[in-house]
Amino acid sequence: MKQSITKAAKGLWNSFPMIFGTILLISLISAIIPKTFYTTIFNGRIFLDSLIGSTIGSISAGHPMTSYIFGGEMLSQGVSLLAVTAFLVSWVTVGLIQLPAESAILGKKFAILRNVTAFILSIVVAIITTLIVGLLI
Amino acid sequence: MKVKIKNIPKVWYFFIFMILVYISISIFNRDIFSTSFEFFIQIIYKIIPIFILVFILMTISNYFITPKFVLKHLKEKGIKKWIFVIIGGVLSSGPIYMWYPLLADLHKKGLKYGLIACFLYNRAIKIPLLPLAIVYFNWQYILVLTIVMILTSVLQGIMLNKIMEVKK
Repeated sequence: MKQSITKAAKGLWNSFPMIFGTILLISLISAIIPKTFYTTIFNGRIFLDSLIGSTIGSISAGHPMTSYIFGGEMLSQGVSLLAVTAFLVSWVTVGLIQLPAESAILGKKFAILRNVTAFILSIVVAIITTLIVGLLI
Repeated sequence: MKVKIKNIPKVWYFFIFMILVYISISIFNRDIFSTSFEFFIQIIYKIIPIFILVFILMTISNYFITPKFVLKHLKEKGIKKWIFVIIGGVLSSGPIYMWYPLLADLHKKGLKYGLIACFLYNRAIKIPLLPLAIVYFNWQYILVLTIVMILTSVLQGIMLNKIMEVKK
């Protein structure tokens, strides 16, 4: 048991610099990028909006709760559901801000591949979801 | 001095760089510095309990989850291992980066990259936030989105397993 505790403590200690560095970066971006920025970018082009939605969601940082609030507000301002879905999904599945930490701890190759595929899949998820919802409602 | 810098482990470079960025900002723009720093402190307060939880889980994992255990539960039973990872991802809490050390540790014990990707993807589904999501959208939309995301997580896992195998 003592060995397990030491191993866990070592593992956490080694990841501290990356975790704290990432939190510092997230805090800085949250302070620099105003909330209005997100709602002025989208203007009705379906495919481009979903691409922009995925891109902004990918570089954004913050609690998923914030993404629901942003997404909901965007929708009420006339942004397409496709773009909002792409934004919501990429916000929580792509982590460019966390990429340095993910690369350092889980491996560069894995981190890049995971984020690239998550980005592409966020558009796919948005298309499938809006198609199904369109058929159901 | 050169020798001393070389002695700093690479993992610290990013953190030191961010400290230097904050020092510069504190000189040129105190408002952004205070807002960022306050946000940083808020996150730190939030994640302290998660750090403790992760530490406990890592200790338990080190004690109980041996490579043999992982092989038995995640390699032998086809669909069950995916269900196990999906449930784990959905139920896990806290910032995503808090889970990297635990997942890296599990990878060393035999957990495939595809399953790690599946776990991380499912962390996007937050059960406690579902009421808020339903308020902003509607339950049909959230239900469809959740199902599509779970299926996509498996697809991403399979894709990553294949790509990582080819890359090896």
